[in-house]
Amino acid sequence: MIELIDIHKSFKKNKVLNGLNLKIDSGLITVIIGRSGGGKSVLLKHIIGLLKPDRGRVLIDDTDITRLNDRDLNTIRKKFGMLFQEAALFDSMTVKENVAFPLREHAKMSEVEISRVVAEKLKSVGLTGIEDKMPSELSGGMRKRVGLARAIALQPEIVLFDEPTTGLDPVMTEAINQLIVDTQKNLNATCVVISHDLESIFKISHKIAMLYDGDIIEYGTPDEIRASKNPVIEQFLSGSIEGPIKII
Amino acid sequence: MNRAAVAIDQLGRTVLEYVEEMGKIALLFLSVLRWMFQPPLKSHLIFKQMEFVGNKSIFVVVLTGAFTGMVMALQGYYGFKMFSAESMVGSVVALGMTRELGPVLTSLMVTARAGSAMAAELGTMRVTEQIDALSVMAANPVKHLIVPRVIAGVLMLPLLTVVSDFMGILGGYFVGVHLLHINSGIFVKNITTIVDLDDLYNGLVKAAVFGLILSLIGCYKGFNTRGGAEGVGKATTEAVVLSSITILISDYFLTAIMF
Repeated sequence: MIELIDIHKSFKKNKVLNGLNLKIDSGLITVIIGRSGGGKSVLLKHIIGLLKPDRGRVLIDDTDITRLNDRDLNTIRKKFGMLFQEAALFDSMTVKENVAFPLREHAKMSEVEISRVVAEKLKSVGLTGIEDKMPSELSGGMRKRVGLARAIALQPEIVLFDEPTTGLDPVMTEAINQLIVDTQKNLNATCVVISHDLESIFKISHKIAMLYDGDIIEYGTPDEIRASKNPVIEQFLSGSIEGPIKII
Repeated sequence: MNRAAVAIDQLGRTVLEYVEEMGKIALLFLSVLRWMFQPPLKSHLIFKQMEFVGNKSIFVVVLTGAFTGMVMALQGYYGFKMFSAESMVGSVVALGMTRELGPVLTSLMVTARAGSAMAAELGTMRVTEQIDALSVMAANPVKHLIVPRVIAGVLMLPLLTVVSDFMGILGGYFVGVHLLHINSGIFVKNITTIVDLDDLYNGLVKAAVFGLILSLIGCYKGFNTRGGAEGVGKATTEAVVLSSITILISDYFLTAIMF
């Protein structure tokens, strides 16, 4: 269970999160929607302890990770996998070394076992025979899939996706959506996805949370969000330039 | 009056920023020390950085050392000739190289080559979220990225300095003996009489300190990069400038303490 309680976060004078509260249900895909630059990535980074809130608590299975030391935080982080926006593959390593990285760090496996798991994880994201390629040789979609293979290498309980389909063509977008759904099913994981892509959001999500003005203003099933009478959500879903969301 | 106050204010700010930066670098150094002694050692990462800092800098160090020794011999010759003491050229070249120019010039060249690359590489890793990816995978970025670079800097700079010292003396010998016709026996004898092993050792201690400075500052600047390609460029420039200044300032104090 992931729970964010009264989270405040500012960068210099820019208040990004303003008393945010959110309880993310386990074993579901929760998509966080909101404006570009509205603090969605900041929210995600709080969940995994990359950022510490100015005030408030982040509970992962009832442990407040904002108060943990490095070692204890790392123990909690082993429950996580994260797919970054641009995949964040280590560009000095091959695809195999990238996917093997968490295994070498945390699993006591022989090289033979590591090779087997890497091949298996790459196959699960639809890639084979690219183990020796460098990340710079891959297309955007391939990089994201390798990033996902790396994120799920240690069978995490929670997988975070930072704009997984941004910049991809419709076919690859659909492929990534399917992978998110499959990942959740296969690992029975809690998935938290940040996205603007409305079509994808309604296709994959069990729950949707709308972030606006530094707080979650609505949290519910896709049907509940669609039926919402909140003018901010209505404007966001319709893509209208008229409404409470101001274009800056 | 007002303008003077603004100038003093600006100077104060700059000094405060420099001191604050040094404080942060010192804290990073403590973190490096802490992670350095936590197993596992990650020796493959250390050797990779040693090769990058050491082996790949040899050519530039050989060239710099040789020409520095050659020009010192040339300049020294014209000075000493006024007192008919041309035979002292060898010892001046050797003393200058081992005590001062070997470690300082080597460190400045390695700063330009490897210190800048450390800042650029870590800076790019920061802006492309690769450092965050390390943290997310419960792998400490200081241990994986900074410790190997600092160890490589501290170990390789003295070795490169030995190469630089040797090439400098060789260059000086070539110019002094072959071009300026100083007797080779006297040239070498003066070196062995006047230059002490302590001169060499102290120069190597300096080099190790400079290696620490350039790797720590390069890593610090890269690690704290903000804001895309422009940020990486800025971090790289700042790393080279700050390292060079700090090397030259600390050189004075190290010399005052050791010699």
